[in-house]
Amino acid sequence: MTEPLTFTIEQFYKNINQKKLTGGKCLTCGKIHLPPRPLCDNCLSTQFKWVELPRKGTLLTYTIIHVAPSQFQKMTPYAVGIIQLEHNVNLPGIIKDTPLDKIKVGMPLEVELEEAPQSQHWPQWPRYYFKPA
Amino acid sequence: MKGKPLASIVSAGLSKFGKLEGLYAREIFAQAAKEAYERCPRLDPKKDIKALFIGHMGESYEHQGHTGAAVADWAGLLHIPAIRTEAACSSSGVALRAAIYAVASGLCDVVMVGGVEKMTHRSTSEVTEFLAMASDFPFEQWYGITFPGLFALMATAHMHKYGTTEAQMAHVAVKNHYNGSLNPKAHMQKEITLEQALSSRVIAWPLKLFDCSLITDGASCLILTRPDIAKKYTDTPVHIIGTGQASDTIGLYEREDFTSLRAAKLAAKQAYEMADVTPEDIDVAEVHDCFTIAEIIAYEDLGFCKPGEGGRLAENGETTLRGRIPVNTSGGLKAKGHPVGATGTAQAYEIYLQLTGQAEKRQVDDAEIGLTHNVGGSGATATVHIYIKG
Ligand SMILES: CC(C)(COP(=O)(O)OP(=O)(O)OC[C@H]1O[C@@H](n2cnc3c(N)ncnc32)[C@H](O)[C@@H]1OP(=O)(O)O)[C@@H](O)C(=O)NCCC(=O)NCCS
Ligand SMILES: [Zn+2]
Repeated sequence: MTEPLTFTIEQFYKNINQKKLTGGKCLTCGKIHLPPRPLCDNCLSTQFKWVELPRKGTLLTYTIIHVAPSQFQKMTPYAVGIIQLEHNVNLPGIIKDTPLDKIKVGMPLEVELEEAPQSQHWPQWPRYYFKPA
Repeated sequence: MKGKPLASIVSAGLSKFGKLEGLYAREIFAQAAKEAYERCPRLDPKKDIKALFIGHMGESYEHQGHTGAAVADWAGLLHIPAIRTEAACSSSGVALRAAIYAVASGLCDVVMVGGVEKMTHRSTSEVTEFLAMASDFPFEQWYGITFPGLFALMATAHMHKYGTTEAQMAHVAVKNHYNGSLNPKAHMQKEITLEQALSSRVIAWPLKLFDCSLITDGASCLILTRPDIAKKYTDTPVHIIGTGQASDTIGLYEREDFTSLRAAKLAAKQAYEMADVTPEDIDVAEVHDCFTIAEIIAYEDLGFCKPGEGGRLAENGETTLRGRIPVNTSGGLKAKGHPVGATGTAQAYEIYLQLTGQAEKRQVDDAEIGLTHNVGGSGATATVHIYIKG
């Protein structure tokens, strides 16, 4: 009875390591989950398939962070925002490769995938970031 | 059920809020407990109090978990059951609801409910990291998004959708600092000007220093009883007539709208319906101004004005001490301070003072009905309570 759970956040990041930005599509109701989840919050189904998501999106809102947690202090000031991809899924992340004063709500951005950091500690996840499209 | 008292506040206590150097959380809570005992001479705490509900957000600050039992002991209440609740900045708002369950079910006649947090002995970057634990780890913390950052994302969206301005947000700060200057227990008891607020350094644009609540140490508590026995303990009880709580996605990004908190709107609806009152009936409110934009959104979510008009409400002075609906007479999280676990019941403490005519220089004339609005994280939890003078 115990099937391995595949539609997990861990697997989402493993897919990023394979250079794929993916979501879990519910086979019952069609909802696309980002992050993926093992139980559809809409219809309670556990049947999913992976779908690759479009990398282009629109900036819904953003901020420029000046006071950061310890690990991010070296980066300040940095911009973070929430983008909307096609299929109506939202994704938060860091905005790079653009002057901070050029960032505007509604601007087109693209998702870029990074390599996983070499770390002995959990979590060994890569990151994605947003850059001008 | 409508308008019927669910539980009654017969006493309340609040420690000094501020930098309380050299004190441990449970020692701070003991100060709040002592005040509640002294205010209620007819209460025999050791005999009468049957359970403790305590809101506490983080183990990280003092390397101390298992707060329920430790706090019960330091409040002189062993061996009653002690239940700790955690819902980020709404930890004691949630504790209050749990305490209401206990009393309204008839299981306990008298309970103590409160909250505590000790934060100022840690550096700002450590506190920023600990607070961020109340947001989504894999998609928010992992990308360096802080609490000021999450509320800044809401502020940008609010500005974009409704034209809300940085000056309107600064008006909230000026008002709450003024109120705080009248509160001897507030962390910051100084007035500020609009120019000072607007020219303060950026924390997470568009939020600046004076848009942010303080990192504070403090504790708060209430003594709750069954309504039918409240008069045994005091001639001036305050009855809780409405309670609401709701949840939302842990990640802000998963929501359809960043300009309103769905959980707060749902909690408010439940509380108003249960209390059988409307927003126009509220004489005084304590709302969760962890950031100035949060107070503006609270006005809208609570129905004090229409969506998008919160900024103007602040700008027009309608929520000042002598305005149409005074909000955060205590100084709010902005000036009184925000020891996260203590905040929910500290808001109830201010409403208790207001409805019993004990708010001194901050007293709102003829206050009979009060409201508290307490938000956890970026709005994944919200609690709303409505109170009436007994
Ligand atoms: C805004 C914030 C980052 C400032 O911290 P900081 O940069 O370390 O500031 P410091 O502690 O060094 O204080 C510098 C000065 O600013 C004052 N100050 C600090 N925070 C302040 C605030 N929020 N509002 C007004 N003044 C503040 C200090 O009293 C001090 O004044 P002084 O020099 O006259 O003594 C910090 O208060 C904060 O993180 N607040 C938000 C807390 C939060 O997110 N809570 C949870 C909400 S969900
Ligand atoms: Zn589904």
